[in-house]
Amino acid sequence: MLPYVFKRLLQAVPILLAVAALVFVMFSVIPGDFASTQSSDGRSAIDAEAVARMNTQFGLDEPVHVRFGKYAGKLLTLDLGTSFRTRQPVINSLSERIWPSLQLSMAAMLFAIAFGVPLGFLAALKPGGWVDMQSMIVAVSGLSLPQFWLGLMLMYTFALLLGWFPSFGYGDGNPRYLVLPAVALGVAPLALLARTTRAAVLEVMNADFVRTARAKGNSEVRVMRWHVARNAAVIVLTTLGLQFGSIMGGAVVIEKLFAWPGIGSLLVDSVSLRDIPVVQACILLLVLFFLIVNIVVDVLCALIDPRIKYS
Amino acid sequence: MLKTLALTTALTLAAFTVQAQEPRRGGTIRFTAPYAASFVSNDSHVSNQIQDDIYGKALHRSLYNWDSANNKPVLELAKSVEVSADGLVHTFKLRDDALFHNGRKMVADDIIWTFTRLMDGSKSYPAARYVRLLKGAIDVEKGQAKEIAGLRKIDDFTLEMTFTERTEPGFLFNAATTSIYPAKEAQAPDFFNKPIGLGPFKFVEHVPGSRMVFERWEKFYQPGKPYADKLVISPMGEAAARDVAFRNKEIDVSILGPTQYVAYKADPNLSKGILEVAEVFTRNMGMNPGFKPFADKRVRQAINHAIDSELIIKRLVRDKAYRATGWLPLSSPAYDKAMQPYDFNPEKAKKLLTEAGYPDGFEFEWTATPNESWGMPIVEATIPMLAKVGIKVKVKPVEGSALGGIVAKGDFQAYIWSNTSGPDPLTAMKCFHSATPQSACNYTTYKNPAVDKLLDEAGATADTAKRLDLVKQANAIVYADAPVWFFNYNKAVLAYQPWLHGLQPNATELALQYFEDLWVDASSPAAK
Repeated sequence: MLPYVFKRLLQAVPILLAVAALVFVMFSVIPGDFASTQSSDGRSAIDAEAVARMNTQFGLDEPVHVRFGKYAGKLLTLDLGTSFRTRQPVINSLSERIWPSLQLSMAAMLFAIAFGVPLGFLAALKPGGWVDMQSMIVAVSGLSLPQFWLGLMLMYTFALLLGWFPSFGYGDGNPRYLVLPAVALGVAPLALLARTTRAAVLEVMNADFVRTARAKGNSEVRVMRWHVARNAAVIVLTTLGLQFGSIMGGAVVIEKLFAWPGIGSLLVDSVSLRDIPVVQACILLLVLFFLIVNIVVDVLCALIDPRIKYS
Repeated sequence: MLKTLALTTALTLAAFTVQAQEPRRGGTIRFTAPYAASFVSNDSHVSNQIQDDIYGKALHRSLYNWDSANNKPVLELAKSVEVSADGLVHTFKLRDDALFHNGRKMVADDIIWTFTRLMDGSKSYPAARYVRLLKGAIDVEKGQAKEIAGLRKIDDFTLEMTFTERTEPGFLFNAATTSIYPAKEAQAPDFFNKPIGLGPFKFVEHVPGSRMVFERWEKFYQPGKPYADKLVISPMGEAAARDVAFRNKEIDVSILGPTQYVAYKADPNLSKGILEVAEVFTRNMGMNPGFKPFADKRVRQAINHAIDSELIIKRLVRDKAYRATGWLPLSSPAYDKAMQPYDFNPEKAKKLLTEAGYPDGFEFEWTATPNESWGMPIVEATIPMLAKVGIKVKVKPVEGSALGGIVAKGDFQAYIWSNTSGPDPLTAMKCFHSATPQSACNYTTYKNPAVDKLLDEAGATADTAKRLDLVKQANAIVYADAPVWFFNYNKAVLAYQPWLHGLQPNATELALQYFEDLWVDASSPAAK
């Protein structure tokens, strides 16, 4: 297993470099640069000298390929560069934001698992039944509701009307502050998990080995736990890994809405001010998270299902 | 217009009548910074975003402050200033009671060090554009000198500044980007982890993307101030989220957009806590004379006549703006009440277009951002109006942060933007001086020798009244030449909770408040 994990981690390097190159090229061709964004509020007239000086200071007056060469060289030594905005190493900005982002993503994922998997499982036990119908409604709604709107509705209902939770902020890690953003972020993966679990369980329940297990006289609980759930878990876990990417992406909107101090809100501000080193670092970090989670998922799948062998 | 002004004045006066109570000490002010999801950093010198200015007013002090009541800059870290006859040398008698948050007294060396830091050419601090007016500052920026020749310490509390041109330093040195730092302490490598300043509140913590927390600086030089024990500033870029938090009484203030403005005005409770100010921003459509039709004054005037600005302000901007009657806004000391807006007159517009040789109109490309008050929605509203006089519009949508660069490079036929038109009327009008490059702020490459002459004379005179009069004349000429479609002046609106008092109607930016004057009464949820 370890050589496999190591191999996967090595494979992540070219993926990260490709992402870095893509982001770099994108931000080189879209209109706007850091210097000109400094006057985007219309308050300060653009100072041509300052623009030129800033472009020189940040190396933005060099050709794209030279800039990318320098950037890639630094990246290989794990140097993420210096933020245009703060004039501080990018790693400082990232390190302040990683933990809140992880907290939020993990809470959203836990919420999705805690409600999505049982809901899907129950729905599969009696296809077409009341629970199945309800789970379908939840799934369709969860997948189709825009996260921004859902977040606002949660704020309005649970903060303003009921007063159960604060509507925004981080609150020194107080879990009350985590509930609404985590739910807003977790509803879409919950819906998908519920549908995936239902489909997986239904498929496994009709498999020959399940019929055999029942024929051998195993109790229904044992059949469900050892044969159905375990086999369905591989499919559910794979979906879970992929959904982690959607949670990290959704965090960009939710963090800004709830004033949650994570990577997402840093990314939004950095994009609008064209703080390219920070944007690149944030995206690389999100991709890295995604890759790591999926490696972990692969390992877990192999542990659950002995038929899966990684060589 | 007069009715609107009267209403605004009444509202402001009403707000201040309510606030004219005995200030209460204690409690926490829960302020919001509405322009982004975070602050840039703990170093106020690196960012010229309004967002960062907001916390700068708590932590730091600059040589000048903005006096919102009288709408002018006033001395803050100096007790008096003497100006030489030629207006170039300013001798400041500094306060001898201003203490940094570590208890050390501010002296002239701190100001000299701060301004020298701002001119560090390798760092490109945004305030360099102000300090550059000091004699010898450019040499420091270019690395040709280590000290600014125009800054001379006479003694610890007397500082002489020599400028390269007649200037009013109050307009240059009142923003947080020119905050005075403690010279020696600020050079420590970990200074910005817990910065100190001269402001009314001491830094406690910064949770990036969530909040900045401050506590009262007991030795602040204004006796009895600040009133509040604690100040929490939360960056909240989402207007809808701010709205919920405000209604939920989690924050004490919220800047309102047009939609919320209507809702708050209609609410019997919320409408009691609204502060309105005509900010020094002029919304306009700049026209590039490099595009042939716009080179003709009659075409530009025709556009001003063809668009029903009043209707757009009423229906789309929801009356959260004042009709523009020139470049200089209502809150400018050089605002000319006698000037009338271009009347909505499509027939006149057609006639002007015919005279200019465009009887069938023409098509132009209009660069616009998604901004609800001066972006795509406004452009879309003007399209049928312009079509009626034969002008077709091709919209070029761009992201808000890209607009500045596009306009500065002249890469447009027309753009719509909200530009600063104050607080110094002369500085604002210099954007129409032919010597001002397009990359600075003469975006429409406007050129009129009569305006140049008036502005040059205004810059040279020491007589304030005469200067304002000259600037007014220049404003009138620019208005007649119509280098832009004069749309509106921003009406900034701040909603505040009934327990918050001491807000200032700051026309330079309403979100910028001097926190030492704010206080919360016992009804605040954070009164203790």
